[in-house]
Amino acid sequence: MGRKLLTEHVNVEGIETFAVYRKHGGYRAVEKALKMTPEEVVEEVKKSGLRGRGGAGFPTGLKWSFLAKPEGVPRYLVCNADESEPGTFKDRFLMSKLPHLLIEGMIAGSYALGARTSYIYIRGELLYVLRILEKAIAEAYAAGFLGENIQGSGYSLDLHVHPGGGAYICGEETALLESLEGKRGNPRNKPPFPAVQGLYARPTVVNNVESIATVVPILNMGGDEYAKIGVGKSTGTKLFSACGHLNKPGIYELELGVPVEEFIYSDEYCGGIWKGRELKAVVAGGSSVPILPKELILKTAAGENRLMTYESLSDGGFVTGTMLGSGGFIAMDETTCIVKNTWNFSRFYHHESCGQCSPCREGTGWLEKVLHRLEHGHGSMHDIDLIVSVAKQIEGNTICPLGEAAAWPVAAAVRHFRDEFEWHVTHPKEATQPGAAYRGNLVMA
Amino acid sequence: MEPTTAPAKPKFSPAAQAEIKRLLTHYPDDRKKSTLLPVLHIAQAEFGGWVSPEVQDLVAETLGLRPIEVYEVSTFYTMFNLKPVGKHVIEICRTGPCMLRGSDELTAHLERITGAEVGGTSPDGVFTLKEVECLAACGFAPVVQVREKYYESLDTEENVNAMLNELRGLVHRPILPWEETGLPTSLQNNY
Repeated sequence: MGRKLLTEHVNVEGIETFAVYRKHGGYRAVEKALKMTPEEVVEEVKKSGLRGRGGAGFPTGLKWSFLAKPEGVPRYLVCNADESEPGTFKDRFLMSKLPHLLIEGMIAGSYALGARTSYIYIRGELLYVLRILEKAIAEAYAAGFLGENIQGSGYSLDLHVHPGGGAYICGEETALLESLEGKRGNPRNKPPFPAVQGLYARPTVVNNVESIATVVPILNMGGDEYAKIGVGKSTGTKLFSACGHLNKPGIYELELGVPVEEFIYSDEYCGGIWKGRELKAVVAGGSSVPILPKELILKTAAGENRLMTYESLSDGGFVTGTMLGSGGFIAMDETTCIVKNTWNFSRFYHHESCGQCSPCREGTGWLEKVLHRLEHGHGSMHDIDLIVSVAKQIEGNTICPLGEAAAWPVAAAVRHFRDEFEWHVTHPKEATQPGAAYRGNLVMA
Repeated sequence: MEPTTAPAKPKFSPAAQAEIKRLLTHYPDDRKKSTLLPVLHIAQAEFGGWVSPEVQDLVAETLGLRPIEVYEVSTFYTMFNLKPVGKHVIEICRTGPCMLRGSDELTAHLERITGAEVGGTSPDGVFTLKEVECLAACGFAPVVQVREKYYESLDTEENVNAMLNELRGLVHRPILPWEETGLPTSLQNNY
C-alpha cells in the first residue's frame, strides 16, 4: 500500500491531543533535533531531498540554507497554511487531524533556523482549524515543548497562529508576509527575498504546512532513509487531494512514484471515474497547472506511463506535460465542458488578482470576459487566438506568479482542446444547451 | 437577535477586549498593526456579521491606526462584509472542483429555498447568500461555509435540508470562541 510517514496515526482516537500524539511517538523529532546543532538539522532536511509541498517544489533544505543570519536580528519561520489553490485540501486535513504534527515540525524547523518566534498563517476561512491549532499549541506549552528553555535545552520558542481574511494571493509568500503585517496582500518585488528581508523586514523562511510536517519523519528516520523512498529527485511521500469526478475523492498519502493510471483507477486509491463514465481530462496539481487530456495524463507523449512524481508529470514541459504542483488532483469526465471549466478558473484568477500589475489585473479580466462569451455562444474564432495572446502577455510580466497561474490553464486548454473551443464558435446553439459537452476530442478506452 | 444596523458608537465587549489584549502579545510591541485581521474577525462576529464604517473606526482606534489603514484592508479581503447581512451568511463555493460536483445547482436550489438571491438577503432577513472561491474542501463538494462551520457534501437534498434546519434552529447567536473558556468551537466535518 505504501508507507504513511505523515498519516500513519491519523485514525487513532484522540491523536489531535498531546497525550495521545506523544504516546504514538510524537515530539521525538524535537527531542532529537535539540540534541543536534541547527546546522545538522538543516543538513538532514537537505539530505532528504524534500521539495516544497505547497506547489513550487523548491528544495526545502536549500531554502533553509539561504536564510541570512545577521547578528542580533530576529529571524522567523512562517508556515504557509493559506491553502487556497483550487483542488487542494490536504493541509486542512493535516492541520485539523494532526495539529501536533505541524507544531512538532514548526519547533524543529524554528530551532534549525534560529527563530525565537514563529507563526502559522492560516487562511481566514479555516478559523475552526485555527482554534484546533491554538488548543494544541496550548498543550505543547503546558508540556514544556514551547516557551522558555524547551525540555531544558536552552532553546526557547513562541509559536502563534494568525488568520488571513479571504485572499488566494496571500498564499504567495511575500503577500502572506504583507498580510501578516496587517496590510493588503500585495506581493513584493523579489529581490530582496524573504530569506534576507521577510517579516518586518527581517530574515524569514516561509514553508508550506506539509513541508514543515514532513520534517518530523525526516528527523525520525534520518534524511538518507527518507531519500530512499520515491523516484529520482521526487523523494519521500506526498499528500494528494483528489477531487472532481472520481468514485473515491479524498486525501491520499502516496510514496512518490505511483503510476497515475493506478492512482485514478485502482480501488486502493480513487476507484475510477464516477457513474461509469470515461475520463476526459485531468488538472493534476491544482488549478494553476496545465490541464491534460486523458491520453497525455496517463502516458507521456513518448508513450511512457506517467508516474506521480515531479519529473514525470513535467515530462514534455507545457507542450505535452503538466506539473505535480500542490497535489490537487482534479479529474473530469466526458460530460465536462472544457470551455466552461476554463472560464470558471479564469473568473477565479480575476477575482483573486491583487490588482498591482496591469498585465494581471487587466489580463485576467479580459480572459474571464472573452471566455464568458465563448462559453455562451457569442464568441468568434479570433477570440480563441485572443485568449492565447492575452495569456502570453501576462506571463513573465508580473510581480508574482499569479499571472502565470492565470495564464497557464488557458494556454493549455486551447492547446489540447482547441476543437472544443471552435465547436462553441461554429455550433453556438448546441454548445449552449444546458449540460452540453463536446465529445469529439475524447479518446475512448 | 443581533442588530443589523450599525450602532452609533460601538464598543467591544469585555470578552473581546480581553481577546484583543491576548492577541497583541503575539507580535512585537511596535507591530500592533499585525493584529488588524484577527481583530476585524472579532469585530465582524461581535457586530452582526458585518463591519460598518463606525465599527472599522473602532478597530482603528483600538489598535492606534488611522481609519484608512482599516478601510484598505477590509475592502481587500473577501471575508469581511461591508453591508448589513442576514442572520446566517451562507457562503457557497463556486470554483472548478465544486462546479464539477454541482455547485451551480446547489446555488440555484438555495436561492429557491431561502428566497435570497446571490449577493443579497432573504426577505425575512434570515439568510444571505454569498458566492466565494475555493474553500479547500474539494473532495466533499459541493460545499458551503456559515460563520466558522463548513457544511460539505451538499449534493443531496437531505444534506441541504439538514444544514438549513440546523441554521433555522439557532435561536440565539452562537457563542463566540473568545466567550467560551478553553474549547474550540467543535464542528462536524468530513474531517
